[in-house]
Amino acid sequence: MNRVLNLYRSSVGKKSLMAVTGILLVGFVFGHMAGNLKAFQSWDPAGGTLHPLDQYGEFLREFGYPILPEYGVLWVARIALLAAVLVHMFAAYRLWTQSRAARTRGYRKAESQVFSYASRTMRWGGVIIFLFVIYHILHFTTGDVHPDFEYGAVYANLVTGFQSTPVALFYIVAVGALSLHVYHGIWSAFATLGVQNARVERARRPLAAALAIVLFLGYISVPVAVLAGRWTSIGLTL
Amino acid sequence: MNLTLHVWRQAGPDDAGAFETYRAEDISDSMSFLDMLDLVNEDLTRKGKEPIAFEHDCREGICGSCGMMINGVAHGPERLITACQLHMRSFKDGDEIWIEPFRATAFPVMRDLVVDRNSFDRVIQAGGYISVRTGSAQDANATPIPKRDADRAFDAAACIGCGACVAACPNASAMLFTAAKVAHLSYLPQGQAERLERALGMASQHDAEGFGNCTNHGACQEACPKGISVDYIARLNRDVLKGTLNKAVGTPD
Repeated sequence: MNRVLNLYRSSVGKKSLMAVTGILLVGFVFGHMAGNLKAFQSWDPAGGTLHPLDQYGEFLREFGYPILPEYGVLWVARIALLAAVLVHMFAAYRLWTQSRAARTRGYRKAESQVFSYASRTMRWGGVIIFLFVIYHILHFTTGDVHPDFEYGAVYANLVTGFQSTPVALFYIVAVGALSLHVYHGIWSAFATLGVQNARVERARRPLAAALAIVLFLGYISVPVAVLAGRWTSIGLTL
Repeated sequence: MNLTLHVWRQAGPDDAGAFETYRAEDISDSMSFLDMLDLVNEDLTRKGKEPIAFEHDCREGICGSCGMMINGVAHGPERLITACQLHMRSFKDGDEIWIEPFRATAFPVMRDLVVDRNSFDRVIQAGGYISVRTGSAQDANATPIPKRDADRAFDAAACIGCGACVAACPNASAMLFTAAKVAHLSYLPQGQAERLERALGMASQHDAEGFGNCTNHGACQEACPKGISVDYIARLNRDVLKGTLNKAVGTPD
């Protein structure tokens, strides 16, 4: 126990906590993206069956039932994710205060050398992503800020939600911020956890970039397809 | 060439400090940056003013004494050199140059451009050594070391402890310095006995000195006059994590 506490007290320990929770959240984000892509599965509205996305939503709510209570697994997953987010943010906050104290007077003339846009925006980007996630839950999970929300109708909510151009554009921008965060985050997690194999070392940057690009394209495909469906015959419509 | 210098002047550790503007006139482009400051200082001395204090020793980029922010870049605009190796041909007539000390809580300003870097020595004292019987040296080839390990150890050992990594880091972190000082021992057989204790001890002293933490920007690697790679930081992190999880480390017999 003492060892764990000592690790937490050290900056390397807090960074490893961020890396581990970050990897967990990246895993979730990819799973979420895979679920979203079910919006593109073909479906006959007249056939009387639920849209594959709605079926998937039902599956998530009932997963583990009847051995476990309905919504049981879903809530365990939600609580675990929330815990990961809180640990990630708290460690980030403590590391930020440490670094802020490490230089109290800045430079009169500052030249940003090699910072990538992604690395410079990690802290504020993280805050923006957090606010976006709150909005996203109010929008598509609880429906509080969705004008045409219908409980359980995942596909219909998605289409009506993204038919508003500002909402769709906002999602696209937010997902861009998420991808930047993930790009620097994955590379950073490799470094923090000391991944060392020479082959992996060379692959860290390209791998982080590839995952971030897949994430960005996978996520924006849905709002882009809904917007396209508004003006053309190709795209997602009700 | 003629230049305008904005130099940080601070009489002592407790002085507030401020920028002063000086003219550097008739500067030849084959002078080094420190030669140029010497010339400005001669002029200041003639006028009965305090010369600008800056650290220097070898003036050939191997001692790690000199170090200052030149136009916001540690050791100035050229890569892989120290301030003393910077030549005035990197500037042009009429340039304005901002000269500031390295800024970090763990590097308090002593005077003008001179900062106290004893925090680095304390990080070394926390584990940057090997315990060996001194006396007659053993045969040089008694312990075979693979070429790749020898090269990596040597690349890390190139660190001159100038502090540019801390100065350039947006978090004022000294992880590159600490990592290099850990790595040049951890790649060699002689460094194995105390490897994990060393990593733990030096990393915790690093935090205790008030340095910030690494966010993997890579600014340190860019600023390092010896081109030390941030990959050494990953190796340090790995040893710190291993040392923390290994029960045998740091436990008395």
